[in-house]
Amino acid sequence: MNNIHVRTKVNGDEVDFLCDPRETLLDCLRDKLHLTGSKEGCGTGDCGACSVVLEGRLVCACLVLGVEVEGQTVDTVEGIAQGQDLHPLQEKFIKYAALQCGICTPGILMATKNLLERNPNPTETEVRYWLAGNLCRCTGYDKIIRAIMDTAADMREAG
Amino acid sequence: MALDNAKSNGFKFVGTRPDRPDGVDKVTGRAKFGADMTAPGMLHGAILRSPHAHARINKIDTSAAEAMKGVKAVVTRKDFATDVHFESGLNGETWNVLENVMAGEKVLYDGHALAAVAATSALIARDAIKLVRVDYDLLDHVTDVDKAMEKDAPVIREGAADKSVPDGFHPNVVRYHESGHGDVDEGFSKADLVIEDSFKTEATHQGYIEPHACLGSLGNDGKGDLWCTTQGHWYAQKMCAALLNLETSQLRVTASEIGGGFGGKTTVFIEPVALALSRKANKPVKIVMSRSEVFRSTGPTSSTSMDVKIGMKKDGTITAASGVFRLQGGAFPGAPAEFTAMCAFAPYALENVRQIGYDVMANRPKQAAYRAPGSPMAAFAVESVIDDLCKALGLDPIEVRLKNASHKGTKASFGPRFEDIGLIETLEAAKAHDHYSTPLKDGQGRGISCGFWFNHGGETAVSLALSEDGTAQISVGTPDIGGSRASMALMAAEELGIPYEHIRCTIADTATLGYNEISHGSRVTYASGLATIKAAKDVVHKLCKRAAQKWDIPEDAVKWEDGCAVPSGANAGDFDPLPLHKITANMGATGGPIVGHFEATPEGAGVSFATHIVDAEVDHATGKTKIVRYTVVQDAGKAIHPTYVEGQYQGGAAQGIGWALNEEYIYGDDGRLQNAGFLDYRIPLASDLPMIDTVIVEVANPGHPYGVRGVGETSICPPLAAIANAVSAAAGIRMKQLPMSPPRIVAALKSLKDG
Repeated sequence: MNNIHVRTKVNGDEVDFLCDPRETLLDCLRDKLHLTGSKEGCGTGDCGACSVVLEGRLVCACLVLGVEVEGQTVDTVEGIAQGQDLHPLQEKFIKYAALQCGICTPGILMATKNLLERNPNPTETEVRYWLAGNLCRCTGYDKIIRAIMDTAADMREAG
Repeated sequence: MALDNAKSNGFKFVGTRPDRPDGVDKVTGRAKFGADMTAPGMLHGAILRSPHAHARINKIDTSAAEAMKGVKAVVTRKDFATDVHFESGLNGETWNVLENVMAGEKVLYDGHALAAVAATSALIARDAIKLVRVDYDLLDHVTDVDKAMEKDAPVIREGAADKSVPDGFHPNVVRYHESGHGDVDEGFSKADLVIEDSFKTEATHQGYIEPHACLGSLGNDGKGDLWCTTQGHWYAQKMCAALLNLETSQLRVTASEIGGGFGGKTTVFIEPVALALSRKANKPVKIVMSRSEVFRSTGPTSSTSMDVKIGMKKDGTITAASGVFRLQGGAFPGAPAEFTAMCAFAPYALENVRQIGYDVMANRPKQAAYRAPGSPMAAFAVESVIDDLCKALGLDPIEVRLKNASHKGTKASFGPRFEDIGLIETLEAAKAHDHYSTPLKDGQGRGISCGFWFNHGGETAVSLALSEDGTAQISVGTPDIGGSRASMALMAAEELGIPYEHIRCTIADTATLGYNEISHGSRVTYASGLATIKAAKDVVHKLCKRAAQKWDIPEDAVKWEDGCAVPSGANAGDFDPLPLHKITANMGATGGPIVGHFEATPEGAGVSFATHIVDAEVDHATGKTKIVRYTVVQDAGKAIHPTYVEGQYQGGAAQGIGWALNEEYIYGDDGRLQNAGFLDYRIPLASDLPMIDTVIVEVANPGHPYGVRGVGETSICPPLAAIANAVSAAAGIRMKQLPMSPPRIVAALKSLKDG
């Protein structure tokens, strides 16, 4: 056992865990910190179901090693809602039925939230290309794109 | 009759679009999927898989793995039931599943499981599995369906063919289907034009984003618990019990939230292995597949080779049709050759029709159901030929389909007469749709196709219990794979007359309800929906009885209206309406808990049809296809939650786009799968697709109280053909092989240029 002690900040909370140097950030979030909202669909960075934000940057948690997040800030799907209040994207995803099975949803929400923070007024094409790293097999993306465009419009209006 | 008013036909809740009950769980990360469960003392399992397409196993040496620190159990085939016997065809399906779960004397495909390890961490389990030594004798292999039928093809398994197969076929041909009516030769002689052509499709994977995952616990007392991502936990219970020699009732199975299935999670793979490891280690064991394992070892759909011949008169009347459909289903019987054959010509009212299906084995993973198994490929071949006939005779493709369309009373190509069906309505709606009359731009082609699927009923049990505060809880046994909890709650609300929000729908475990067939065959909204309605009616009957007792009038003098018991007429007496919550408030004192039930096998599933319109643009330099517009028109019977019906239509179309343009299993000469990952097996991305327009047609199914037909599967029947017709029009050459990937299109264009 050559486990390494890692101290990091997840969704605003200071946490620490012991991990094998081969374990990914996704393994650590799910198995050490019990944050199972981030999903493993491929383990190779192709499906985006494990999308999290590391130091403000959207990454696949399966492509980051657990030991790499020492002293850094990680945001996951569990941190999107503020207390009892859902984020507008979460509300609209439910309203638009932008999910069927829901396995890709955490990753798509993380990716989209990050997009809207960078670009509050994306075109449909920009949204589609931003989400090209997030696979959804159920919906054909139609309702996802509509939910995002509507949320972006609402958030712009709300300022 | 397109859906224009959700609240038409007197429904109060059905046809509205409320938020799904599990919505918050699924947008916050709270929902628990297969891999999200843990147990105290849990071990992690890993499975050794064959790198060879076909080999005899001489010896498996597990001693080094067993000796590794942290390893708690190793299992091979000898740790599974020994009283499950091989039989021909599908008669030996339990043996087939066992042989697929853990190889016996031979490995039959790249990815075939042959040993498993449980250890204290996933990393140790993965390391330990590499220490298992296997001595193989390599055998010749075959992965192509046509080659697997040839005389000198390697034999996958002698004796696997059942009695349906005529003499003279290779042992890899294991089942045979033939059906039809009339005299096709006479029919072809009456045609003005006969076109005969051959088509091929590659195997595609269901491509659910959630890999198979389970957590099993089994003691030496034969009692166990299993948590798994599955479309059918009663099937998992039955099959695991059979494969491990357990009493079925001693194994309780709970279905996790399921991250997509599309037919691929209708069987077991890792579940019996986790239980076998758990029994040996006496600790809970969790197994989660990698994506590569999902591709190499779980069911893709069949690959096909098909010949179709159709005769048509100058006015568009089809005089005869025949087809031969060869389906490769992996190293086991079960390719849905009969479904392919039976669906092929179902949209058309034909006097002369004949279809033949072959179920063929090859050295590939055991095929599993994929959304309307077998039907999309048949439509690709048949609708391509119809398209060519229309072009050659200068006829409009929708008019020709309308002229020949099956309708109520038509003797179906596969035998029975159709009851109320909505094919003509979908064609009329497609013809009237703005999409069909919008001019195409240069370089674009438009394709049309119809599609057909049977839909299914199946064993179903539901219970509905009322709470003291007047709310209701429904227990259903069909995993919610795309929003079905919402549909169940809507139907219960309709019957009970209480708000949708007052109902909680739970997917019950195997200990809670009687046997429920798998969530397959588009059966959930139909069968669990019917069961929910009947269970609610049972509850209403009991509520009326309590009111009758209270009012001291006969039971039949009380009826249920808008959530209240009321006297059925002026003669029944003068009582104020008694709302549900007032009856439940003291139900303990008036006769006890009020629970409604339904346990039966509904057999009134209504078949369904769809018509799709596609516009495609082909880049002649690169061979890349862009879908520029897509419209789905489909008969839902009755749309309970129209938004989720649209979602099924869009999802089926999107999967069809992937199948038609990019997705395929690619095998090397060594028989190994070369693209076992999402980078090389390319499913459609958001940036690949346009919005997908939908039209919900409603022609009520007489076999359901509200008219529901299944909607999940029919949506993938037309896309392969509709896209092939659009791409062929845009490219100027008939595309006869799927996927129509850029290299294939470039090759086709080159052959056209070279003449």
